[in-house]
Amino acid sequence: MTTIFYLSTIVAIVSTVMVITRKNAVHAVLYLLVSFFAVASIFFVLGAPFAAALEIIIYAGAIMVLFVFIIMLLNVSRYSGDPDPEWLRPTVWVGPVVLVVILAAQMVYVIVMGEWSATPLVEKTPKEVGMAMFGPYLIAVELASVLLFAGLLGAYHLGRRDDAATEERAEGS
Amino acid sequence: MIASVPLEHSLLAAAVLFALGLVGVLVRRNTVFVLMSIEIMLNAAGLAFVAAGARWGQPDGQIMFILILSMAAAEVSVGLALAFQFYRHFKSLDLDAGRTMRDWHV
Repeated sequence: MTTIFYLSTIVAIVSTVMVITRKNAVHAVLYLLVSFFAVASIFFVLGAPFAAALEIIIYAGAIMVLFVFIIMLLNVSRYSGDPDPEWLRPTVWVGPVVLVVILAAQMVYVIVMGEWSATPLVEKTPKEVGMAMFGPYLIAVELASVLLFAGLLGAYHLGRRDDAATEERAEGS
Repeated sequence: MIASVPLEHSLLAAAVLFALGLVGVLVRRNTVFVLMSIEIMLNAAGLAFVAAGARWGQPDGQIMFILILSMAAAEVSVGLALAFQFYRHFKSLDLDAGRTMRDWHV
């Protein structure tokens, strides 16, 4: 398990370095996804399976979809008339594949060795987390819902296409 | 088995990830990359919370991680909407294009 922790940490750091050095935004999203998976396996080793699941579902699932959507909308990574699809070149996908294979090997190792059933002395199960969250932390949950509502309204307001204002400006000029 | 990972090492990993995110915010000028780096930093903060929670065997660390997660979700939706508006106003994702507030009339 200690080995898995250090291996996942290395994968997370390498993929994060790749995120901040990529030119193409889609490649960066790919590496960021790998980084989130690696951090999820760190959470699992640290005895936080609920946090690991949430990391994958929300970070790797929901937030990454938002990034992909905005990249699609803005057309950030337009390639300049190159007919050859960029993803055919192995340099593009070999990096993420190697990092993901390391993580997959860890998962297979943990499942095959059956260590996960014997793991937790201090594992915090989802039940305990839920009991604490809706006990002493109830106010924080309410505040989080208010925050998410504010985020929803803010994103709606900022993301709308204000045709009225654009027309006004066009008329004024 | 879990205790065999010292707290210092997981905090060190969180610190390295946070530093990488900070470097990304400082170095990159593309709005989408800056938002990704902010996500990396929030994730590293969550990692520090979970590691501390695991060290003392309390669920509080995971709860703080969940709160950070919801905050990150709200932040990224507003941030990407802002990036969308930014692109529509300046026809570019270069953050330096928005350096002056002169051309910014929403």
